[in-house]
Amino acid sequence: MIPTRYARLGGVMPVLAALAMLVSACGDSSQNMATADSDTLSGTIQIDGSSTAFPVSQAVAEEFRKEQPNVQVNVGVSGTGGGFKRFTVGETDISNASRPIKDSEREAAAANGIEFIEMRIGTDGLSVMVNNANDFVDCLTVEELNAVWKPGSTINNWQDVRAGFPDQRLRLYGPDTDSGTFDYFTEEVNGEAQVSRADYTASADDNVLVQGIAGDRGSLGYFGYAYYQENKESLKVVAVDGGDGCVTPEPSTIEDGSYKPLSRPLFIYVNAESLEKPEVKAFVTFYMDHGYQLTEEEGYVPVERSVYEANKAAAGL
Amino acid sequence: MARAELTALLNPRLAVRKRIGAVAYVIFIAAILLGLAGLAALLLRVLWQGAPWLSLHFLTDYPSRFPEQAGMKSAIFGTIWIMGLTGLFTVPVGVGAAVYLEEYAPKNWFTRIIEVNISNLAGVPSIVYGLLGLAVFVQLLAMGRTVIAGALTMSLLVMPIVIIASREAIRAVPSTYREASYGLGATKFQTVKDVVLPHALPGIMTGTILAMSRAIGEAAPMIAISALVFLTFIPTDPLDEFSVMPIQIYNWVSQPRPEFRGIAAAGIIVLLVVLLSMNAVAIYIRNRTQKRSEE
Repeated sequence: MIPTRYARLGGVMPVLAALAMLVSACGDSSQNMATADSDTLSGTIQIDGSSTAFPVSQAVAEEFRKEQPNVQVNVGVSGTGGGFKRFTVGETDISNASRPIKDSEREAAAANGIEFIEMRIGTDGLSVMVNNANDFVDCLTVEELNAVWKPGSTINNWQDVRAGFPDQRLRLYGPDTDSGTFDYFTEEVNGEAQVSRADYTASADDNVLVQGIAGDRGSLGYFGYAYYQENKESLKVVAVDGGDGCVTPEPSTIEDGSYKPLSRPLFIYVNAESLEKPEVKAFVTFYMDHGYQLTEEEGYVPVERSVYEANKAAAGL
Repeated sequence: MARAELTALLNPRLAVRKRIGAVAYVIFIAAILLGLAGLAALLLRVLWQGAPWLSLHFLTDYPSRFPEQAGMKSAIFGTIWIMGLTGLFTVPVGVGAAVYLEEYAPKNWFTRIIEVNISNLAGVPSIVYGLLGLAVFVQLLAMGRTVIAGALTMSLLVMPIVIIASREAIRAVPSTYREASYGLGATKFQTVKDVVLPHALPGIMTGTILAMSRAIGEAAPMIAISALVFLTFIPTDPLDEFSVMPIQIYNWVSQPRPEFRGIAAAGIIVLLVVLLSMNAVAIYIRNRTQKRSEE
């Protein structure tokens, strides 16, 4: 009988049904876990933006959850620019950024009636790195970095970077063009954001850059401070001379701004309308109360404690 | 004439041709071994890196900034939601389209254009589907960055695979079966429903397995729809936001702390296990139905 073939198919349906029940059962348990405190908040907070600032916002969200388990904080990594695209149309409550908001993004927000508050949360020191075996480079001037990285640069040997450097092939590693790190470095070193020579190994994944530089004697590259911190043994950091002598990126030099011009600010931008919601208010307050400690824990340099307090005051918290 | 001479006369260059045959054999063996060696190296590396991080809490905990506390619960459930809905959308529509093209459609230029386009769609890069989903489902139809938008996008992505495989399977059903069915007085629909589809089912299932295997590993189109990587709730209905395993793994790989590479590897192992068990269920269903249709 041919129709029984379909009947046979029915034999597996209980299995699928059981699976479905398992799925929904697990789904419920997590939400029932939350104790019904009298002052528990609920709701959803949408955060998106810079992947550099992501670890800090993730850390805050994770700690915040211990206090307010019913508030759902979603953190995405669309990049600073991608985050602002969503933020300026009101899709997100908070945008992570590794650079200040651009005028064009400000205008987009205004056009959509979005008001926001800018809050500085820390500083990242873009670190210039070379291979561990490189014993001749300790410091590079911004002019030298510019000569290497400017568009159309043909420097492919260390001896052309500075007289006295040995005859060693130079290979370049850097973030790809979607990255806020790339924006910031090109702006500071080449004078204009997004302008760079293109013949370098580019990756959106900083760990690829770490591995590339660590495995190539003639390498030169740059990425965020947190990645240098985690890979101190396998890479050599280069001090940068921004006009006032050679300075190595360290928490102290990044914080007081003497590591320049490659110290860059990290921000969160908070939608002013969202801030009227109690859960967002509580989250931002929590962010500023614990921002110093969590920024430091995630490998960045926090700003002075008074800045967090000033942020709170500016938001009326 | 001696036998050897006869052979030489009828088969000139016999020795040469035999040697070529032997060389070809070695080349083909090398080809399969090379492919397998690459796969084995990747799998072993992932297992070696990820195994220490595998534990029950990795499945039941939400993402965390601490490697030892990080889990992929939200991503696993997101993937289950997306896969379930994708299957629900893709299989009926895909098989329906295949039935129409094979059994009903007139063989004219219009049908041929449709066929060529379906084949081409199977080769479109997945990020293009992601952007299409972002524009159409998320923005135009105002679904937001939800499970349903993700599943619809994924359905578009794998639909061509299901249609092409189902058509092959339907075409492989001998036309004598159909004729016998008509001869017994069955209508076209009855023939399709009771004769063609049951016999094509194993092939259709294979196509569905391939399609789902592709969908579960796709990160690019899902990142266009939802780049969420820190999510501490699991979707409870299709209008919730979601994350999927490939996005989570992608994010872990790019974290500064080196421990997260191990976590990412553990995530890959879980993804593989989910994929293999999904396929195992499908193969089990296929074998049961296959056995029946051979009786």
